[in-house]
Amino acid sequence: MDITSALFLLIGSFLCLSGGVGILRFPDFYTRMHAAGVTDTLATAMILIGLMLQSPDALVVIKLIIILLMTLFISPTASHALASAAIHNNLKPVLENKKDNE
Amino acid sequence: MKDLFAVIMLAGIYSLLSASFFVAMDAVDVAFTEASVGAGISTLLMLVAITMTGRSEDPVRHKPILALVVVVITGSLLIYGTLDMPYFGSVDAPVHQHVAPQYINDSMQKVGMPNIVTSVLASYRGFDTFGEVVVIFTAGIGVLALLSVARRPGDIAEIDSLNKTMHEEFLILRIVAKMLIPFILLFALYVQFHGDFGPGGGFQAGVIFAAAIILYTMLFGMSTARRVINQSVIQLFAAIGVLVYGSVGVISLLEGKHFLDYSALSADPVAGQHIGILLIELGVGITVASVMIIIFFNFAGRENSQQSQENNES
Amino acid sequence: MLIAATIAILVVMIMSILRAVLGPTFYDRILAVNMIGTKTVLLISLLGFVMGRPEFLDIAIVYALINFISVIGVLHYSDSSVFKRSNEHKK
Repeated sequence: MDITSALFLLIGSFLCLSGGVGILRFPDFYTRMHAAGVTDTLATAMILIGLMLQSPDALVVIKLIIILLMTLFISPTASHALASAAIHNNLKPVLENKKDNE
Repeated sequence: MKDLFAVIMLAGIYSLLSASFFVAMDAVDVAFTEASVGAGISTLLMLVAITMTGRSEDPVRHKPILALVVVVITGSLLIYGTLDMPYFGSVDAPVHQHVAPQYINDSMQKVGMPNIVTSVLASYRGFDTFGEVVVIFTAGIGVLALLSVARRPGDIAEIDSLNKTMHEEFLILRIVAKMLIPFILLFALYVQFHGDFGPGGGFQAGVIFAAAIILYTMLFGMSTARRVINQSVIQLFAAIGVLVYGSVGVISLLEGKHFLDYSALSADPVAGQHIGILLIELGVGITVASVMIIIFFNFAGRENSQQSQENNES
Repeated sequence: MLIAATIAILVVMIMSILRAVLGPTFYDRILAVNMIGTKTVLLISLLGFVMGRPEFLDIAIVYALINFISVIGVLHYSDSSVFKRSNEHKK
């Protein structure tokens, strides 16, 4: 039990850190949003599953499942809202072709 | 910093950080209230407010040097005063000697619920909480008196057509919100009634309820929201909350005991405490939710009527 | 292990604050604030486990909802035509 929980926590922390590095180093808003949105949801899922395996109480496990379900609903929706608001206000993504032509 | 939008976001981050700070200090109820009120409702209400005032601050016409000097002197005097006080959290500070041990030791026997914060808030200090509820109610009345806008029938048709064109844009958000909002309302009820045993209580529950209604209003438009939540019914509910609180006190008076003495409510004093605290938290929750909804509807409704006035003029 | 995960999340929050300060466009900053919000949910859950008080999970649920509603609110009101009008006045 402890080893699988520690494994999930480790994977979750690694994904979280890679998302953080991505949000600093990617060149454009849309690529950063890709890093933030994907790693956010997956890291949350991994860490919450790791915590679930560690707790003895049934009520705590149910609350963790509720947080997990809510995050699975909320996080992609927020990314979608952000991206569609950005497109709506004419923030253009940087396309690779321009740099090749120059 | 001139851009008020950035100021609001920074204020949101600040209240989030202070909520984490409270969690680290092991104060659960305070962190709950800070997270829900500070990061949630304050940000939303300030956002609606700056849609009316404009996005950037007016240029300052004089240099505030004198004010800055006064503030610095007062601040340093206050800090000098606190140097004399006992160290933060030390055991033999006077505040920890007399009142606090009495609360911590006696609360379980006299009131019978595990959450000491709720028992202090609702039972030992019931008058103060009554004052807080009346203050919130007064704020709601103030907003109503200053900003209440009479609806013209011409606006409704225009806003309805705008609503239908917005449907395409907001489609995914609307579907997800339709699934989430019943859950949020149910969670608000859970926080309200579970306040005796875990963190929570009336204030937090009212704020979460209002946040769900605000989400609905933002995504589905003001006119639909006004049809769902009737303005006069909400005003009635705001008054009912304060009345419930007051009538618990009056019932105690009629039974021959002090105002807000809960042991008058039932034969067994501990059961009386339970009933009294339940009714009081219910009153607090109803009033807080209604007043937040009233404030938001008045701010946002005024923006709509401003916009439609300008559309009619141009 | 829990403490290592907590430190990792704190590091990521500092990185997001950097992006919120740096980010050239307005939407970068909203993205960073959203990320800080979801990491706070994880931080509160982990702190609850580290300090042995599972009541913190209620705060985590509330914070996830409030984060969502705030981001939607900021996006909705930044799109509002009042801001576009006041920006045009400045130009």
